[in-house]
Amino acid sequence: MKVIVTVKRVVDYNAKVRIKADGSGVDRSNLKMSMNPFDEIAVEEAIRLKEKGKADEIVVVSIGPSEAADTIRTALAMGVDRGILVRCDGEVESLAVAKILKSICVAEQPGLVITGKQAIDDDAGQTGPMLAALLGWAQATRVYRLDVSDRTARVERETDTGLETIDVCLPAVVTTDLRLNEPRFASLPSIMKARKKPIEEKTAADLGVDTTPRVTVLGVKEPATRAAGIKVESVAELLDKLQQAEVI
Amino acid sequence: MTSLILAEHDNNTLADSTARTITAALQLGNSVEVLVAGDGCAKAADAAAQISGVAAVLKVDDPLYAHPVAEAVAALILSIASRYDAVLAPATSTGKAILPRVAAVLDVPQISEITRILDADTFERPIYAGSVVQTVKAPAGTKVITVRPSAFAAAAAGANAPVVVTPAGPDPGLTRFVGETVSQSTRPELTTAKTVISAGRGVGSKDNFDVLLRIADKLKAAVGASRAAVDIGLTANDCQIGQTGKVVASDLYIAVGISGAIQHISGMKDSRIIVAINKDEDAPIFKIADYGLVADLSPVLQEIDLELARRGYA
Ligand SMILES: Cc1cc2nc3c(=O)[nH]c(=O)nc-3n(C[C@H](O)[C@H](O)[C@H](O)COP(=O)(O)OP(=O)(O)OC[C@H]3O[C@@H](n4cnc5c(N)ncnc54)[C@H](O)[C@@H]3O)c2cc1C
Ligand SMILES: Nc1ncnc2c1ncn2[C@@H]1O[C@H](COP(=O)(O)O)[C@@H](O)[C@H]1O
Repeated sequence: MKVIVTVKRVVDYNAKVRIKADGSGVDRSNLKMSMNPFDEIAVEEAIRLKEKGKADEIVVVSIGPSEAADTIRTALAMGVDRGILVRCDGEVESLAVAKILKSICVAEQPGLVITGKQAIDDDAGQTGPMLAALLGWAQATRVYRLDVSDRTARVERETDTGLETIDVCLPAVVTTDLRLNEPRFASLPSIMKARKKPIEEKTAADLGVDTTPRVTVLGVKEPATRAAGIKVESVAELLDKLQQAEVI
Repeated sequence: MTSLILAEHDNNTLADSTARTITAALQLGNSVEVLVAGDGCAKAADAAAQISGVAAVLKVDDPLYAHPVAEAVAALILSIASRYDAVLAPATSTGKAILPRVAAVLDVPQISEITRILDADTFERPIYAGSVVQTVKAPAGTKVITVRPSAFAAAAAGANAPVVVTPAGPDPGLTRFVGETVSQSTRPELTTAKTVISAGRGVGSKDNFDVLLRIADKLKAAVGASRAAVDIGLTANDCQIGQTGKVVASDLYIAVGISGAIQHISGMKDSRIIVAINKDEDAPIFKIADYGLVADLSPVLQEIDLELARRGYA
């Protein structure tokens, strides 16, 4: 079975984003960029499937600027076999990403697609289920445990009330949650080896997808700030304050 | 303009997130209809019919919806979507799984997790773990929106809308529900509790956590956690608060042994009063805390428990 994993290049989760002076968007210049953390988990899971003999080839796809090739290289160094970079400059909305991925899936015929549950920049959480719907496939979001058989996968997913187990027919799209696995670091030899692995470049136009944004971003701003608080010296003082504020 | 809201319920009671999503839908200036799909869901449908502002409830009572399997519920919504100008769901684990499927098939972008409605096309939503608020205008066409429940008050009861029995949609037959482990708790529900006390990695041991639970009971508080606290097994995944967990806006939020990473703060910073207990006076959580106590949490938790008992909290 072939597995496709998707990786988005995003501002590192530790970096502090700033708003552009004119409020038109987020200033990403000079910020550390990394693979979306949920996508690292997706890559790790695909590699484990291959190590268990459940997958025979892993293809990583990223949609973004030429620098997204670095993100693909990271996945290749972790153990993915080959990469596809769909070159797009500027924001690409989840729906357009899903359409691009659909077109790639139609050509590649994977048995499983693993995406992140959300990208930590747009916090949209849409691409996986959108892709599944466009393909008419089953989906499992927020996956905590994945067990792949021939025609189905048994999945445990994290829900607002606990954990849910479902069986999905393959091919399917699954989206990773944080506790699915702990991604590995690429070793130096595998980083060297990854340099020789192929990355195919395409454009959205090649795949017949229009990536013009359809949602208009009117502006961005800082969230409301909180007034500075005080330090209390003792438990008694803390409880006094909370009783005065009538919250306990 | 008519909106359809996907209700969240357990067949008998309607989740509070539904009433909050109804508030949001009413701000679109619309006629609001609520879809209650379930198996033996008459009570939930009746509850939805009583929420003021609701014009009609569509009750789809079928074993197919015994569990809200995304493919089936999305197909049901799509079978009736052409009648609506907007489809909304609360941004819960269920709503977030279903609505993007609806949007994709309708070929419209989804507006995820709105926190404010400026007009019928314009919304605010947090991005970058809530460190930035984005204002977006949806394009023409059906609007598909998930609503952050904590950002909207719950619509009150006080209506008596008709409950319209509606046929089931197609069964895509792609996914089978096998089972679930539901966290049992007698404490208030996290996302709607007035008081939340949350454990971080610093709580460390089961012993400390047990004291924290006793305090929660005295304060009738819900119990939350940071990702690190869930990862070390202190508590279940559904307690996680933050960018990728639940979002709360409680009257009182007590963070115990939590450093205050942006990913955690994004899930609790809209609480009215924030208390932080941490031994590191430079912990970022103190920047947003109304009351900070710099101390070792282990004796402090014991002391809070005793002092609450002394002050008559049982
Ligand atoms: C993609 C992504 C998504 C994430 N989503 C979330 C999310 O939704 N929610 C979330 O919470 N995190 C999330 N995280 C993780 C987040 O970045 C932090 O790692 C996490 O919140 C840290 O948890 P913590 O504060 O409990 O632990 P730590 O950061 O380890 O802090 C522990 C604190 O306890 C204090 N402490 C230790 N011992 C004591 C003591 N005896 N007395 C008093 N204080 C003590 C320490 O001073 C420290 O400040 C996410 C991370 C990523 C990459
Ligand atoms: N530009 C992109 N390139 C590759 N994968 C993406 C891209 N955008 C989104 N994805 C995938 O879809 C997931 C969810 O993204 P989103 O819907 O933007 O929250 C991410 O974790 C990625 O796995």
